[in-house]
Amino acid sequence: MKIEKHSGRVIEGPHENVYVFEAPVRLWHWITVLMIIPLVVTGFLIGDPPSSIGGEATFTYEFAWIRMIHFSCAMIFTVAFLMRIYWAFAGNRYARSLFLPAIWSIAWWKGLFRQLFYYLFLKKEPDSWVGHNPLAQTGMFVLFLLGTIVLIITGFALYAQQSAWGSGWMVAFGWVHTLFGDAQAIRTLHHLSMYAILVFMVVHIYMAFREDIMGKETVVSTMINGIRAFKTKGH
Amino acid sequence: MTETYYDLFRRQGISRRSFLQFCSLTAASLGLSKAGAAEIAKAMETKPRQPVIWLHGLECTCCTEAFIRSSHPLVSDVVLSMLSLDYDDTIMAAAGHQAEEQLEETIKKYKGNYILAVEGNPPLADDGIYCIPGGKPFVEKLRYVAKDAKAVISWGSCASWGCVQAAKPNPTQAVPVHKVVTDKPVIKVPGCPPIPEVMTAVVTYLLTYGIPPLDAQGRPKMFYSQRIHDKCYRRPHFDAGQFVEKFDDEGARMGYCLYKVGCKGPTTYNACSTVRWNEGVSFPIQSGHGCIGCSEENFWDKGSFYEHLPTILPPGWGGIDATADKIGLTAVAVTGAAVVAHAALSAIKQSSSKSSNDKLAAKE
Ligand code: HEM
Ligand code: SF4
Repeated sequence: MKIEKHSGRVIEGPHENVYVFEAPVRLWHWITVLMIIPLVVTGFLIGDPPSSIGGEATFTYEFAWIRMIHFSCAMIFTVAFLMRIYWAFAGNRYARSLFLPAIWSIAWWKGLFRQLFYYLFLKKEPDSWVGHNPLAQTGMFVLFLLGTIVLIITGFALYAQQSAWGSGWMVAFGWVHTLFGDAQAIRTLHHLSMYAILVFMVVHIYMAFREDIMGKETVVSTMINGIRAFKTKGH
Repeated sequence: MTETYYDLFRRQGISRRSFLQFCSLTAASLGLSKAGAAEIAKAMETKPRQPVIWLHGLECTCCTEAFIRSSHPLVSDVVLSMLSLDYDDTIMAAAGHQAEEQLEETIKKYKGNYILAVEGNPPLADDGIYCIPGGKPFVEKLRYVAKDAKAVISWGSCASWGCVQAAKPNPTQAVPVHKVVTDKPVIKVPGCPPIPEVMTAVVTYLLTYGIPPLDAQGRPKMFYSQRIHDKCYRRPHFDAGQFVEKFDDEGARMGYCLYKVGCKGPTTYNACSTVRWNEGVSFPIQSGHGCIGCSEENFWDKGSFYEHLPTILPPGWGGIDATADKIGLTAVAVTGAAVVAHAALSAIKQSSSKSSNDKLAAKE
């Protein structure tokens, strides 16, 4: 099997199974899924809390629990992300594609347009890809990766506010406050970047299933067993 | 012999007892220990008096109004006598040419040694003609007086961040003091107005110890290092999930948290929830209104005081108040619709290509 260098497109058969997503990548993927769901739910609730409950404040702690869940999931989400960054260095070439779209390569750009035309129904036959196709890579980089980085940085900057200026948290994240001027801007940006992730999720889930059904290779099962298998053996 | 503060106070008829009282009050508000009071007293008895020049730019004078109402009458008496001797065009006895002469004299006599306190800010548009004190643009006066100052205090949100006159579209191009005075230490004391006790304490600290420890944004740490929200007495209701939904509902009567009616306490650095106002009587949240974030940069440009998320698009884009939620939900809805349409098209294409394949197969 021959694979185009930067785009990951299969240019010559016979198609063989490839081990693309190593265990750490798959583990990270599913931890992230499991954490994003409660993060989005509690995030919405923090932005617009449920109606008040009566009674003595002494005996209820509802909103604090909501925030507590948000912060706990945020910590796991962040640790998993840091581990994922480490794996980009330690893992195979497919572990890097999320972080490094090969925008300097002509083959990559060609691949992007091939895939774009295919999705616009201007090109009939889909190509086979081993890693992520360039279009998917772009979406992941812009919406998911940048969104995640901004969420983590602004999230921790907001989290640091619970400690005063001069505390360790503020030493680590005070620069975000200096950068934006006021914390209200940071809150809004945090809130907005949640939507970048939500938009990504809609497209990502649709594409994963669509390609699994209509494309030439496995997609959904690849994130489970790590193996990219091709439906058309040979060429 | 150079005059000390203590000499000055005695000359003005302030008793030693009152003087010591002032020292301990100020030490307490600065969060210093008992020894701090003694240190302040000692400094005031021995250090030469440091003159203060107080300038007024584009402003509403609310800082001065607040300042002269410092809770302990003694505090304002004492601090005022430290200041008014030199130059403050709003509250000094002299006026007109006499006042300007006094300014010249102070600058000459105490070159490099006086403190410049600025209330309001300079507008830069059209060579600064939108603020003309004493026949000259304020920005020129500010540059002139700042040149020989030891340090600068930016009183209030105007001098610190720009405040209302610098709100969009800022027709007079009003800018905060640190944009004009770039070569001197600038101490920002934001708030609209700042808390009187904070103002007196900052002045006293500056006069006795020198420049107070500042945070990354240039505000004295002892008053601006924590948010309103961190020390708010309604915080238990926040944690309990008990919120005021409307200003006339049961929750409002019960004193619940004002987060859902737009309280900016969670993003505002100031000491209102601890020091409070009017001799510690109350502060906005205590009287039932959310914090509007007046000591934060750009607070006028952040949309409604009564909504949690600020307006982020200019008028005309998605109505006058497009918040992050409106923009985000629209983006998700549009994407969702695109996905459904694409899925439907894909299904049609596939079935038509399948049926043509079938036909081909049938032919063969
Ligand atoms: C997928 C990831 C995340 C999503 C979707 C998300 C979403 C949200 C949303 C919508 C809000 C409400 C903002 C508002 O309207 O005021 C919020 C608040 C917040 N988030 Fe996140 N967030 C995420 C990750 C994080 C991370 C990594 C941290 C880091 C610790 C974090 C810390 C916070 C904090 C501190 C607040 C403010 C809570 C408060 O002060 O009551 N978030 N989040
Ligand atoms: S009233 Fe404002 S500052 Fe007080 S707890 Fe509620 S949100 Fe925080």
